[in-house]
Amino acid sequence: MDRLANERSIITPYHRHPPGTQPIRAYEPYKSTVERNPAKPLIFLPHTLSEITGPVYGHDPIAETDNDLTRQHAGEPQGERIIVTGRVLDDNGRPVPNTLIEIWQANAAGRYLHQRDQHPAPLDPNFSGAGRTLTDENGNYRFVTIKPGPYPWFNHYNAWRPAHIHFSVFGRAFLTRLITQMYFPGDPLFAYDPIYQSVPDEKARQRMISKFDLELTQPQWALGFRFDIVLRGPEATPFET
Amino acid sequence: MEYIPTPSQTVGPYLRIGLTEKNSIRTIAGPNAKGERVWLKCRVLDRDGAPLNDAMIEIWQADSAGKYNHPEDPQAKTSDPACRGFGRAGTGEDGGCEFETVKPGRVPGPGNVLQAPHLNIGVFARGILLQLYTRIYFAGDPANEEDPVLALVPEERRETLLAKPDPTQPGGWLFDIHLCGENETVFFDV
Repeated sequence: MDRLANERSIITPYHRHPPGTQPIRAYEPYKSTVERNPAKPLIFLPHTLSEITGPVYGHDPIAETDNDLTRQHAGEPQGERIIVTGRVLDDNGRPVPNTLIEIWQANAAGRYLHQRDQHPAPLDPNFSGAGRTLTDENGNYRFVTIKPGPYPWFNHYNAWRPAHIHFSVFGRAFLTRLITQMYFPGDPLFAYDPIYQSVPDEKARQRMISKFDLELTQPQWALGFRFDIVLRGPEATPFET
Repeated sequence: MEYIPTPSQTVGPYLRIGLTEKNSIRTIAGPNAKGERVWLKCRVLDRDGAPLNDAMIEIWQADSAGKYNHPEDPQAKTSDPACRGFGRAGTGEDGGCEFETVKPGRVPGPGNVLQAPHLNIGVFARGILLQLYTRIYFAGDPANEEDPVLALVPEERRETLLAKPDPTQPGGWLFDIHLCGENETVFFDV
C-alpha cells in the first residue's frame, strides 16, 4: 500500500454497538437520566482519525500497591478479600495490551470514601477504594481488593445498588473508552436495579457480571472472580507490514 | 463480530475517588508546546440550566500541527512531545472545569477534506449511562465553513459546537455543554 497516497483519507472504522447492547440513555426508571441526556437525536458520525485515535501514551506511572487495594494502608481492610482478574479484548477477540484500567468502589459496609456519601455505615481507615493497573501484552490484568457491600440510594423507595466495582478502561481509541460496573454473580438486587436493567439485551447485561472461579481462588486466602472486558474493535484487520 | 462489547454504566456520584482526585489532567499541552495557547473553561448544565457538580469531561486532541499522538495516525509528522493530547477534569460546584492547551491543527477527514481545528469531548456523570460525545470548534475560524463534520449538523444547531472567546482573558475560550433542553448541545453517535 502506498501510505502517502492513503494517509489523507483511509482509516479503518470501528464496529458500531449492536442494537440493545448498551444502556438506554434517557431511561425513566433511573430518574436523573431524564434531565441529563439529550432529547434530540444524536447525529451519526462516520469515524475519522479523531475517533479512532486516543490516549494510549503518557498516563501517570502505576505504583506498586495500585492494584492491591488491601495494601494501601498500615492495616488490612475489613471484609472478604477477593482477587479480580480477567482480560481486556476487542470484539474481534484480540487482546488489548498495555491499556490503563482504573477501579473504584465502596468498602465492605457499602460506604464510599466521599464527602457526599451519607450512608450511615462505617468508613474503614484501611480502605480508600481506588486502584489502577495496565494490562499485560496479552490483555490480562489483576486486582486484589475486598468485596464491596450493597448500598442504598435515593432513586426510588427502598432503592439499593447491587454490589459493584466501577471499571474505567481506555483501549486504543477515543471511541473505545469504556466506564462500566462489575457485578457479582447471583445478586438478588439485579431485578430491582434500574442501572443494571437499563441495558435491554440480556446477553449484554450478563457481560457485566463477574464469574466465580475456583481455579483463581487461593486456599486459605481469597475468593477469585473472573471479569473479561470487551471493547469495540476495528471493522477489518489493518494491513500489517 | 465474535463478542458483544461490555455495556457502559454510569460513573455514579463518586467518580472522583477513582478518576479525578489524583489523576486529573488539566494541562493537555504545557508551556513548551508549539502553537496558539488556549485556556478553555467548560461548564456542564442539565435540562433546567442547573450546573452539574459531579460530571467529568475528557478531551482528546491533535497537536498544533494536526498530528495525533497515536500509532494509527498515518501522517508523516512527529508529535509535539509537549502536547499530551489528553485531558480530564471533574466539574466544581459551578459545573465548570478548566484546561490549558494549544489550538489543534487541522487533521485529515473523510475524502481528502481537512477537518477544522477541534477538540473531541467525552462527558460522564451520574445519570449518564453511556458517555456523551461532542466536539469543540473555535468560533470565527474560517475552516469551520468547510468542516465535513459540522456539515452533518443542521445549520441552526452548529452554534452549540462553537467555543466563544473569553472577553476577560486573552487566549481564553468558553464552552457550555447543555445536556438537554432549549439550547441542547449537539451530541454524536460515535
